[in-house]
Amino acid sequence: MNLRRTMLFIPGNNPGMLQNGGVFGADSVILDLEDAVAPQEKDAARLLVAQALQTVDYGTSERVVRINPLDTFGAEDIQMIVPCQPDVLLVPKVEGVQDIEKVTALVAQAETAGQKPVQLIALLETAKGIALAYEIAQSKGRLTALALGAEDYTAGLGATRTKEGKEIFTARSLVINAAAAAGIQSLDTPFTDANDEAGLYQDTLTGKELGFKGKLAINPRQIDVIHGVFNPTPAVIEWAEEVVHAIRKAESEGSGVASLHGKMVDAPIVARAEYILKLARRLGLEVMQ
Amino acid sequence: MKNSIGRDLPEVIEGYGQPIPYSGAFEARPAMRRQAPKVKTIHPRDQKLVDTLEAVFQQIPITDGMTLSFHHHFRNGDGVVNQVLATAAALGIKNLKVALSSVFPVHETLIAYMKSGVVTALDTNYMSGPVAKAVSEGVLATPVVLRTHGGRARAIECGQLPIDVAFIAAPAADEYGNLNGVQGPAACGSLGYAFPDAEYADHVVAVTDYIAEYPLAPISIPQCLVDYVVKVDCAGDPRGIVSGTTKITKDPVGLKIAAMAAKVIEAAGLLKNGFSFQTGAGGVSLAVAHFIRQRMEQEHIVGSFALGGITGYMVDMLEKGFFKKLIDVQGFDLEAIRSIKTNPNHLEVSANFYASPFNVGCAVNRLDVVVLGATEIDVDFHVNVVTGSDGVIMGGSGGHADAAAGAKVTIVVANLLRGRLPIIVEQVLTATTPGETIDVLVTERGVAVNPQRPELLRQLLAAGLPVKEIQDLKAMAEKIAGVPRKLTTSDRVVAVVEYRDGSVIDVVRQVHQ
Repeated sequence: MNLRRTMLFIPGNNPGMLQNGGVFGADSVILDLEDAVAPQEKDAARLLVAQALQTVDYGTSERVVRINPLDTFGAEDIQMIVPCQPDVLLVPKVEGVQDIEKVTALVAQAETAGQKPVQLIALLETAKGIALAYEIAQSKGRLTALALGAEDYTAGLGATRTKEGKEIFTARSLVINAAAAAGIQSLDTPFTDANDEAGLYQDTLTGKELGFKGKLAINPRQIDVIHGVFNPTPAVIEWAEEVVHAIRKAESEGSGVASLHGKMVDAPIVARAEYILKLARRLGLEVMQ
Repeated sequence: MKNSIGRDLPEVIEGYGQPIPYSGAFEARPAMRRQAPKVKTIHPRDQKLVDTLEAVFQQIPITDGMTLSFHHHFRNGDGVVNQVLATAAALGIKNLKVALSSVFPVHETLIAYMKSGVVTALDTNYMSGPVAKAVSEGVLATPVVLRTHGGRARAIECGQLPIDVAFIAAPAADEYGNLNGVQGPAACGSLGYAFPDAEYADHVVAVTDYIAEYPLAPISIPQCLVDYVVKVDCAGDPRGIVSGTTKITKDPVGLKIAAMAAKVIEAAGLLKNGFSFQTGAGGVSLAVAHFIRQRMEQEHIVGSFALGGITGYMVDMLEKGFFKKLIDVQGFDLEAIRSIKTNPNHLEVSANFYASPFNVGCAVNRLDVVVLGATEIDVDFHVNVVTGSDGVIMGGSGGHADAAAGAKVTIVVANLLRGRLPIIVEQVLTATTPGETIDVLVTERGVAVNPQRPELLRQLLAAGLPVKEIQDLKAMAEKIAGVPRKLTTSDRVVAVVEYRDGSVIDVVRQVHQ
């Protein structure tokens, strides 16, 4: 599964940002054709993003394009963007499994022979999308993650958007649970105040503790803070190492259950520890074994 | 002939003479004595206050062919240069040399005086705006001499830039010629760049719009050096002299570069108690200070001093205890003025103290780190801060070459691509600061270390920084933007770029119009 601690939005109509999108170390860049671009500039942005995909080196960052909804410019976006080999399309305002099916059909049509299949991430940002999260998550094939878009969602509810985020607690939990049940990733809504580092940290931590695997970012300055939350700390890595060591020892003694500092270590705990060590190795963090 | 970094210089430069070729950053061994300033006296009852600039011109008297000097602490709000030259023009004086430490867009009127023959020579450390463009296009028959801030002090003190009359824009003066930069409507802070002029010029004229009761306090430039005090209606426009507050950049690429530069400083083992630091007032340079400050806070590090052009950000670091002292040759904003006025640990120093290579101890020599910009840097690490991509003059060394020579580690921060242009080139159009004094280049796509610094290279690699060969960074930029077509210039020399020791590091040739 791809590492998506951070997915950084890059305005699709900003050549300077498109050119430099790869230098910030985000796990994914989202070249945005939707909200960042005014309707009269959609065609120009589409051309720019198509060129960027073919010419700009985004390094290790996964290349995601946020297309427009199918009822506006989505079909045209797919037709031009997909042959330029993005890794993923972020599909906005998904409200049902049929939305993913329609996009899937258009993507399949647009793909060129031998092209690596383009994956999809569904952005759930309406009450209906959240209500049908599990059904959407079960779309087979290209869907690799669900992402929450809380600004549109709370606006639609008439809820007050706060930095603490109690108004989106249920939506977050539904998205996380739906994705986990379907075996795909869940990604948290962006924190929209780029100048509030402490607020970003707290919001990211809240999302991570609920179970999100990553977070959308609206400014490159947010990346280090978000990574800081999602990266395992030395103490957590040490704990994971002890867990794995304890279970190996128990297995060699013919037992499937071990004990660590008086607490039982069983399969789910081992799976979590192994995920942490895998993540740590992937990030080049210090791992003993 | 070629100098030691391979730059082609004419044997004789018309209007300048025979250049001494640059032969290395620390090769010059001065065998001379300082210029002795003219000995003057004054009768106890004599007055120094003069009503008008015309009257001063007549009393001195100022005649054709003289050198008039000015400082640039009023930056783009300066009103003194224009008023003095208007007076010269009205009196029919010709062939003046203007020795103005930096030229700004507000000095556009100089062009008309150059065309009419009032001004026929220019000596400066930095120029931007219309005058720089006109010079590049050949408005003057003799080449402009471009110096460093330290080099200008040296040239004045050692007799290569003799000054007939120094006009010192003074925010505050008393009637007997004591001056400071911290009071009055045109307050600018430190008067550091005017000190050598006041000390060595044959005649010293203070031009002010604020006369305080005698004796003025504090005193930056003392009465014993100043011959005349002229009160004008307005010496400068505060809006052009100081900015409200200087802010760190919000540009994400600039921030990325700044954060990386801070990591380089730490990896080089320099971020510890007693740390000394200089950075520019530009957004990216200031952002380096911001990231350094975060680390100093986390690690409880107390630095020794910050140097150079001082901004409110550095004042805040002084007041919060991150540095023990500020050494200030030029203040950029209201906070810098407030601080130098009130804080004994905020020191006003001269250009000589700051950066002259021909004394036994300038402040840049005590720097651990300086962070500098570049318009171009080449694969030998030579830096251009004089000409832009079109060959037109758009800056100058200022303190660039001085601080680079003095600091233990000199870091150049630059976007690998500026607009559509790669910042790294095979050979810079104009060499300003020699590669031997540049240690590290930090860009958004990687860090390059001067091969002459293998120990530093090891330190940065050990810290896991993205170190690349400068050639590889260049190739990376060219892959994105292509290789720009080489600029062609005419043979005519429009400016001579002097290194801080007075040798010639390069020349600027006229651009095709």
